Amino acid sequence: MAPDSAATPASILDVRNLTVRFGDVTVLRDVSFSVPAATSLAVIGPNGSGKTVLFKALIGALPYEGTVQWAPGVRLGYVPQKLDLQRDVPITGLDFLRARTALAGSSDADLARTLSLVGLSRTACLRPIGGLSGGQFQRLLVAFALVGEPTVLLLDEPTSGVDEPGQERLNELVHRLEEERGLSVLLISHELSLVYRYAKTVLCLGRDGYSIGPPTTVLTGSALQDMYGTAVGLHLHDH
Amino acid sequence: MITETILLAAAMGVAAGLMGSFVVMRRMALAADALSHVALPGIGIALALHIHPLIGAVATLVFGALLVWALEETTRTATETIIGVVFSAALAIGSMMTTGDDLIDALFGRRDAPDWTETLFASAAVTVVVGMIIRQRHRLVLALVSPDLARTSGVNIRRLNLLYLQLFALTIALGLRYLGVLLMGSMLIIPAATAKRFSRNLTEMLVLSAVMAVAAILVGSIVADWLHREPGPVIVSVAALGFLISLWRRQS
Repeated sequence: MAPDSAATPASILDVRNLTVRFGDVTVLRDVSFSVPAATSLAVIGPNGSGKTVLFKALIGALPYEGTVQWAPGVRLGYVPQKLDLQRDVPITGLDFLRARTALAGSSDADLARTLSLVGLSRTACLRPIGGLSGGQFQRLLVAFALVGEPTVLLLDEPTSGVDEPGQERLNELVHRLEEERGLSVLLISHELSLVYRYAKTVLCLGRDGYSIGPPTTVLTGSALQDMYGTAVGLHLHDH
Repeated sequence: MITETILLAAAMGVAAGLMGSFVVMRRMALAADALSHVALPGIGIALALHIHPLIGAVATLVFGALLVWALEETTRTATETIIGVVFSAALAIGSMMTTGDDLIDALFGRRDAPDWTETLFASAAVTVVVGMIIRQRHRLVLALVSPDLARTSGVNIRRLNLLYLQLFALTIALGLRYLGVLLMGSMLIIPAATAKRFSRNLTEMLVLSAVMAVAAILVGSIVADWLHREPGPVIVSVAALGFLISLWRRQS
């Protein structure tokens, strides 16, 4: 996909010449891409290449130059990389999820179904969010993103801190929802094998510019070495 | 003891408790206290112009809330410091503009019966504050856990912050007459801080905080009546005592 390809009516997101600066530091420079509806885009790149900053710009949480155009009627589900949480705040997982469903106008049945999908018990949801373990809290964030019938998921390393079987389960879940509900998924991940398996398009943010294309062209040894500045081993598991 | 005064004060306690829950959960206790001081120059100006002090207080509080909002929007750093400086200065200037008994009343409140302007304002303001907080609680919860997640759930953070600060200003204005400029801030902080120690979820937090505030006002008013003191300082002392007991109870 060429950076200046024309916006198609079927695209759910169009980004044109996106630049984000923090003072004198330019984190993203002139990034353009679009995401067709019901597909997945993986965002990869070394630490500090601006992956999380890109997501924050996409949700309007950071000032930026350029344009970010979501398709009309898009509902976002966002799983942030981490939340600086006050440990002692008396808000339970259920309070937190209910706030989302109330605003989205979705039902309690939707909520119960989502909790079982992500593997989070009702008991855990009745505890204050500050008292949840890292893995439980991550599942709560995924549940939060999934309730309220989103059309687009923005996942920033959604399985960090989750145990191995849990990771597998969440990855499978996202992939299944993508197919069943026709969701578009934007995923930041360091697991290149996962990206290779699931993503239709890969956006690789490097230290000097970016590249975008199908996994077979972006995820090659030499292309990765250019972007990461060092040899990156890509271990592909065949399933 | 004057019944209407106490009834109004109790209603004000409900508003202060609900508002205070979010003030304490958002960790803006100090900013909140400082903002309440901005009412004093408003009272001073109103007294000089021979208009109702409440009008002056509301005007400067609303302006102060707008100022805090604008500062939060433009500068990301040291908002607390700016608030501290601006509103302490407001207190100093206000103290110079108001003198004698008027100053003592404005700072610590007084207990004689409210006039009809005050009664009308208090009834309307309690209704607005309580109604809006209950209506907006979901948005407020999301914004306090994570502004980013609130945004992706369709919450306009800028607008919500503006509404929150204006409700805050209104709550302060509610308590000025009875508790005064210096003490009303504490009614937003102490009962909610006590409630937070016992609450395990949002509903408990909101209900307990309102109950604590009303209890402090009622007990404080009765004790103040016995002691022939102005109610404000006694009410705040009762609330603070409640907080101290909560510290001791949790540890034992």
